[in-house]
Amino acid sequence: MKLKSNIATSDNGFIFNPSTGDSFSGNEMAAQLLSAMKSNKTEAEIKQDILNRYDVSENQLDRDWDNWMLQLKEANLLEI
Amino acid sequence: MANKYDNLCIAVTGLNANDNPGPGMAVIRSLKEYFGDSLRIVGLSYESLEPGIYLRDYVNKTYQVPYPTEGTAALLERLTYINQRENLDLIIPNFDSELFNFIKTAPQLQQMGIATYLPTQQQLALRDKVHLKDFGTKHGFYVPADHKLYTADDLQKAAADFGFPMVIKGKFYEAYVVYTMDQALKAFHQLNATWGVPVIAQQYIKGNEINIAALGNGKGDNISLVAMRKLYITDKGKAWAGVTIKDDKLTQLAGNFALATNWKGGYEMEIMSTAEGHLYILEVNPRFPAWIYLTAAAGQNQPAALTKMALGEVVEPYTDYQAGKLFVRYSWDHIADIADFQQISAMGEL
Repeated sequence: MKLKSNIATSDNGFIFNPSTGDSFSGNEMAAQLLSAMKSNKTEAEIKQDILNRYDVSENQLDRDWDNWMLQLKEANLLEI
Repeated sequence: MANKYDNLCIAVTGLNANDNPGPGMAVIRSLKEYFGDSLRIVGLSYESLEPGIYLRDYVNKTYQVPYPTEGTAALLERLTYINQRENLDLIIPNFDSELFNFIKTAPQLQQMGIATYLPTQQQLALRDKVHLKDFGTKHGFYVPADHKLYTADDLQKAAADFGFPMVIKGKFYEAYVVYTMDQALKAFHQLNATWGVPVIAQQYIKGNEINIAALGNGKGDNISLVAMRKLYITDKGKAWAGVTIKDDKLTQLAGNFALATNWKGGYEMEIMSTAEGHLYILEVNPRFPAWIYLTAAAGQNQPAALTKMALGEVVEPYTDYQAGKLFVRYSWDHIADIADFQQISAMGEL
């Protein structure tokens, strides 16, 4: 799943969709994930980076990732 | 450095910068920003408390003009008087209700050396609220279904077809979303008293409100187009805050409108974007919107482009603008002297 190419993000987690005018505020983790996704890292690379840096199980991370993807999809921020 | 636009004199209507603002002050702000301090602005007002009359940094001189109901002869007589004193280069009308008269008098104004850049009467009629549904059907646009209401009894049929909520609209201005028959009746009588019949009952469409400000060249193309998502809407349905957005579907929609109508001049499309992705045209206003300064802020100064086109310059179509430019309207208590009010009220000019 790729973030739409025109989505604007900032370092503090603010997200703006210039096609719809929708805007969202994310936390620090959201900002990191968006930055990684915009730099075209794969899902596996992003997850591995999180596993390396945070005390989280792989199962928990998978569940959180699925939830993150669902939120992005509902917010119409992912390429179809 | 002197250029051909030094010392331009442009007359502008719509100085009513109130809670349901006319576009005049935003047009003037855009023009001042582009043409600079040598630009002379002549305000044309209808009432003595239109705020623009007293904003002397923006409006050099204001003349009252006759209401549209007084007809073209009265308007022409007044404009002749004003032109003798001001030597106008261009008039930019900003009210729907005055356009008929300005379009009709455009040839005489041209003879007086005053340019305009207006749609034809036929173009004006095509997008009229009364004809919009037929126009949409003919050209393949999504337009909400409507009923023309000539008596309060006509509301029964509209309510049976659309249910509640539905939208009750005045012929020229104002619209109310109504949720009961009582509210619908009240809205009908109020709009009938203000604007006359037909009052229009329109199917309610749920979605995000998007407006497009555009400038047509009269040959089927848009010279400029800027889309804005409303972020804060007043109880009169007016955008009090908004942000520029960019979407190819919106560009295509306005492009199709310009092509279908050969629209000449500024216009505003009021769009409802539904969850299904359909773009419903709720209205097409035949003049710049009150938020037109946002087009200048986003990189496409539409009033300036209109001015140049009206004065004979070939203007290349804009190709891009900045998405994410936000406007937030605000109120401001401007202070003037009662003598100014007396002057415009008694003498018709200030």
